[in-house]
Amino acid sequence: MFWRSTYNEFLKIAAKPRSYIGVGAITLIIALILIALKIDGHNFISFATRPFEQSLSFEGNILNGNLVAFIILQMLIIHVPLLIALVTGDLISGESAMGTIRLLLTKPISRTSLLFSKYLAGCVYTFIFLLWMGFIALVVGKYLFGTGDLVVLNSDGLIILQDHDLGWRFFTGFLVSYLSLVMIATLSLTLSCFSENSIGPIVSTMAVIILFNIMGALNVEFLQKIQPYLFTTHMLAWRSFFEDPLPVDKIVSSISVLLIHIILLLGVAVYKFNRKDILS
Amino acid sequence: MSETAEKIVEVKNLVKHYGKFKAVENVSFDVYRGDVFGFLGPNGAGKSTTIRTMLSLIRPTSGELHLFGKELSSNRNYILRKIGCIVEKPDFYKYLSAQKNIEIFARVSGVSVDKKKVQEIIEFVGLKGREKDKVGGFSHGMKQRLGIAQTLIHDPELIILDEPTTGLDPQGIIDIRNLILQLKNERNKTIVLSSHILSEIELIANRMVIINKGKSLVQGSVTELLNAQELIVSFSVDNIEKAKELLQQANMQQLVNKIEDNNLLLHISQQEIPVINKLFCEKGVNVFSIESKRKLEDYFLKLISA
Repeated sequence: MFWRSTYNEFLKIAAKPRSYIGVGAITLIIALILIALKIDGHNFISFATRPFEQSLSFEGNILNGNLVAFIILQMLIIHVPLLIALVTGDLISGESAMGTIRLLLTKPISRTSLLFSKYLAGCVYTFIFLLWMGFIALVVGKYLFGTGDLVVLNSDGLIILQDHDLGWRFFTGFLVSYLSLVMIATLSLTLSCFSENSIGPIVSTMAVIILFNIMGALNVEFLQKIQPYLFTTHMLAWRSFFEDPLPVDKIVSSISVLLIHIILLLGVAVYKFNRKDILS
Repeated sequence: MSETAEKIVEVKNLVKHYGKFKAVENVSFDVYRGDVFGFLGPNGAGKSTTIRTMLSLIRPTSGELHLFGKELSSNRNYILRKIGCIVEKPDFYKYLSAQKNIEIFARVSGVSVDKKKVQEIIEFVGLKGREKDKVGGFSHGMKQRLGIAQTLIHDPELIILDEPTTGLDPQGIIDIRNLILQLKNERNKTIVLSSHILSEIELIANRMVIINKGKSLVQGSVTELLNAQELIVSFSVDNIEKAKELLQQANMQQLVNKIEDNNLLLHISQQEIPVINKLFCEKGVNVFSIESKRKLEDYFLKLISA
């Protein structure tokens, strides 16, 4: 029954027009970034490398597909949660708003199974979304800008990663950014269990992300103590795979925080959904 | 309903409170296999809450719910496998076709999707030719038919229909009523039908419970409950004065309720109708028609105002 229900959830997501809003938006945004970098990318690179020009000389194709993909991923990973929540925040509350939750919960499938089938479908959607984003950023980026070593600027200075060393870094970075987005999907699904309309969980998810980001950015002693435990602190953990040497402890810590958040939120969602009176 | 018939729904002292609000105070009733069971009450009486509780959409505050001989909360999936239902208005995925909607509900009902069966059920409810259309474009009546179709997809033993004719035009009401009777007669389904439309229950149901303010007031056979009541019987006669005089001579003048045009309205039991008819005919008063005025509506109003 679980797999049949999961198949149903895939069908619903695939048939819902809103599922394509996010994919369309991300395609458009990346296309605009690619065009902008193609037209004016060299000025952008000159601006970024100017502070190092007196001590370093850059040769070769710095503005390449790897750098373009890195820039795109960095720019979008903060904005993608909204597009993910648009679908996953609607999984339960959308059924309540439509009234179909009444019919669905009178069927011989446990509420927990139904919730997890929706969750699984939401996670698959998130995966496809990120895969598409990665594909157009990396594959189309390489097609338009060629390939080359990746020059990354972080708080420790410049890191130059060789082209042949980048494949696994993009792959693992992709997996960790997927975990971050699964965390967003879990948050919006959990909030969806508390709501009877579609907008509430989406807005609430974004509100939580913005609030946590502000809390993460404020230099206040009390907040600094809780910052390591905020999931937003670990949303950009994928960047750690583009450091040399690899900060393994930092990566493990980020993955652990994200996993703990996911498990706790799923617990809340299961508890709430199982006890919920269907009044819509 | 004979006492030997299998009891498939047993609701005992059901209570549901939302904080201080008492939606259901004390509802009890039984449904037997083969019944078309009317669940009657005014708006806000607690019908939908009771039905939602029977379908495990709502957790009861207290009370016992047994369906098919098993306690609901611990046998939820077993019980729901044997039930098809429409709760209030039939809502579907508007962006999917009628057929896809039926297939989706078939999958979570525990049956594999059999396109032939889906087609057969769509035909049964009169939606042949519209199965590929998106439900978003369906009228309320068509959605109601589709609602009935989805109740049948897993061949349930019990069908629960909560206010199935609400919002339908007169033809739609007749169509749905006929469908319900077909379900009973051709497919041997047990049906629980909730409604505040009294005539509907009177026309379709063989047994019923009347609830008001969250409490069940009376339950039993519709015919027996109605026959136990005194009737207001309208005799259309050619000579009202003579008819009145005859009743007076027979010491029955107290039975006269009122006179409307050429109709004599009498407050009598069903057994007294032929006696009075015979009296009028034998004494030369022509009776053109006899119409029983006391129907479920009067009984219902009497009960809920008590």
